[in-house]
Amino acid sequence: MNKISVIIKREYITRVRKKSFIIMTILAPVLMAAIIIVPTLLMMNQSGEFKKIAVVEDNSDLFQGVIKNTKDAEFVYLPNTKVDDLKKTFETSGYYGILYISPELIHTPNAVYMISKKQPPIGLLQYIENSLKKEIERQKLLAYKIENLDDIMKSVETNVSVQTKKLDEFGMEKGTSTGIAMALAYLLGFLMYMLVFIFGAQVMRGVIEEKTSRVVEVIISSVKPVQLMMGKIIGIALVGLTQFMIWIFLTVGIVTVLKTTILPKTNITEVSQVMPQSMMSGNQQATGTKQVSEMSPQVAEFSKMFDSAMNQPWGLIIFCFVFYFVTGYLLYASVFAAIGSAVDNETETQQFMLPVTIPIILGLMVAMGTMQNPESPLSFWCSIIPLTAPIVMMARIPFGVPYWQIAVSMAIMLITFASFVWMAAKVYRTGILMYGKKTSWKEMWKWLRYSG
Amino acid sequence: MALFEAKNVTKQYGNQLALDNVSISVPEQCIYGLLGPNGAGKTTLIRIINQITGPDSGELFLNGKKLMPSDVQLIGYLPEERGLYKKMKVGEQALYFAQLKGLPKAEAMKRLKYWFKKLEIIDWWGKKVEELSKGMQQKVQFVITILHEPKLLIFDEPFTGFDPLNTKIIKDEILFLRDRGATIIFSTHNMESVEELCDNITLINKAKTILEGSVHEIRRRWAANEYDLVFEGDVTIEGNGYYNILKQQTDTKKSAIRLKTTSEINTNEILQIVMKSGNIISFNPALPSMNEIFIRVIEARN
Repeated sequence: MNKISVIIKREYITRVRKKSFIIMTILAPVLMAAIIIVPTLLMMNQSGEFKKIAVVEDNSDLFQGVIKNTKDAEFVYLPNTKVDDLKKTFETSGYYGILYISPELIHTPNAVYMISKKQPPIGLLQYIENSLKKEIERQKLLAYKIENLDDIMKSVETNVSVQTKKLDEFGMEKGTSTGIAMALAYLLGFLMYMLVFIFGAQVMRGVIEEKTSRVVEVIISSVKPVQLMMGKIIGIALVGLTQFMIWIFLTVGIVTVLKTTILPKTNITEVSQVMPQSMMSGNQQATGTKQVSEMSPQVAEFSKMFDSAMNQPWGLIIFCFVFYFVTGYLLYASVFAAIGSAVDNETETQQFMLPVTIPIILGLMVAMGTMQNPESPLSFWCSIIPLTAPIVMMARIPFGVPYWQIAVSMAIMLITFASFVWMAAKVYRTGILMYGKKTSWKEMWKWLRYSG
Repeated sequence: MALFEAKNVTKQYGNQLALDNVSISVPEQCIYGLLGPNGAGKTTLIRIINQITGPDSGELFLNGKKLMPSDVQLIGYLPEERGLYKKMKVGEQALYFAQLKGLPKAEAMKRLKYWFKKLEIIDWWGKKVEELSKGMQQKVQFVITILHEPKLLIFDEPFTGFDPLNTKIIKDEILFLRDRGATIIFSTHNMESVEELCDNITLINKAKTILEGSVHEIRRRWAANEYDLVFEGDVTIEGNGYYNILKQQTDTKKSAIRLKTTSEINTNEILQIVMKSGNIISFNPALPSMNEIFIRVIEARN
């Protein structure tokens, strides 16, 4: 046992000290944080540049001042201007584009044009559409001659954002977001795939290195082949877990830092407290409501995502991830070790790699499908079958998986990985000392049944 | 008493018989040569002694007791193909292997420093193995093999890649280790070093033992009635009914002659005949070199 720990230590330390390990460990969370942060930034700040837009009407002033300026765009109402004249000069006068509104708009929905050199951003168009729509609705209502219409309008003005609640095992409601669950499923499934593949392949390369450099003969005159194989597999597993832990800490750290520095205005707790109140108490606090509702769609979305991310069963996720990484990795790493022992160099591994790669890639593909439909029979069975379970189950967990399914899957995982390790050790023991012979699956099957 | 014994060891790989009923008995504090052409089964036997693989049948004894997995501590093995991690630093690596052999870290460190200084490779301690010359790497490997002071040392071709000077250094170390009590099994194709170092040998060919015994005794046995005769001055002699002349070499000071007896005649009788021709400086039975014996034995078998 003591010797195994010496081997584990060497495998661990030589890898952790490598430059490539350090670079990957630092870079990956930066990339991951970027994946999380950049879309958020883009969402919050879609247009980027400030736009000045000329608003022109045909011989009327129906829509004067209707479209309010935003922080990204200024709408300049130009009375008594001909569109055709402006078309030639708007760019030199500093306008991004011309919004031409025909008086027909009240009856004809498409009697409005945006003229510009560039394709206007979708957010801007939606804003314009909304503003005009409200104004037209207001004008149509005016025709009914209702008293105090403006006040009524203000008091009924609302914002709706659908909140999803998921009932957990104990009947507690939790705020969730399908988007977050999908992102998490994708991330977990993909991460599992990457880790199993990267570290499994490292085991194989390590075995081949020892075999070709003949180090193995020196070592197994001191320790048993199984000890060497397990020492290597465990050592590399610890490297993987170390990297994973550092990634978690760094990612959380970076996200936190970026969130507080780049998005300082979005004080989530405050807003989410104000929001429900303001929605209900529309009548009394007309002006206050107005303010909040102006910023709430964005902030509400963000707060929803944040809540949902926080409400994920993190304990379960991390536990399952570590479990499936360890067992899934052991399963594949032992196969990789057996393959490495059977060949003389890395190019020869290809014929053996394909059958091993197929279930991993299948797992990844099913995991991607799982995000669309986590309860499908295919996802279910692939999360039970041990060769694909680590990847598919991790992709299912953010959507909620009954505990019995996790238990069954884990039990099967344990049995399978133990038998795979046992078989791999037998192949490894023979293969590691065979040189200069092209190995086939048949040959490996024979080694499996050698005794002594 | 035999320190190591292998009795009737047989090992088969698939359809190929690698060892067929091979027995060796290695006396304590002896340098034991394991000889044979390529593919004869030497490496298989060495691997079995190292318990890297097990025999199909046969028994192994160390110190009179059955060889146990824990006995690896008592054995040091220098494989033919040197095995070191190329990207690892020399000192760290040596320490790693020492620990695998069960040495505590501090003790391993002390002994490593001693041997690295003795073999003048201490300056390479912090270098990566791939930066070392082949000879340097072999010295490192040699140190790794002997560091845990095993009772039984197994050297598979220890001199390949060494220049004559380093060969001598390693030879001296091997003899030094023998004198300090180690028993050495030594596999090589270099017959000169066999004559120089080995006390006993076993010659394996096609999985079978075909020759064994002490080097001296074997050479005597294969001497086959040949004698080397040296006269003072320029002397020639002729063959007769008792012996033939195989070689004659003459210079002004002395003449060297090799003769082979053809009938029953003892050395005294030969001397009585040849002493009439001149002053004899020396008369010896001509011992064939191990090289000759090797070639003759193997050729006779094939």
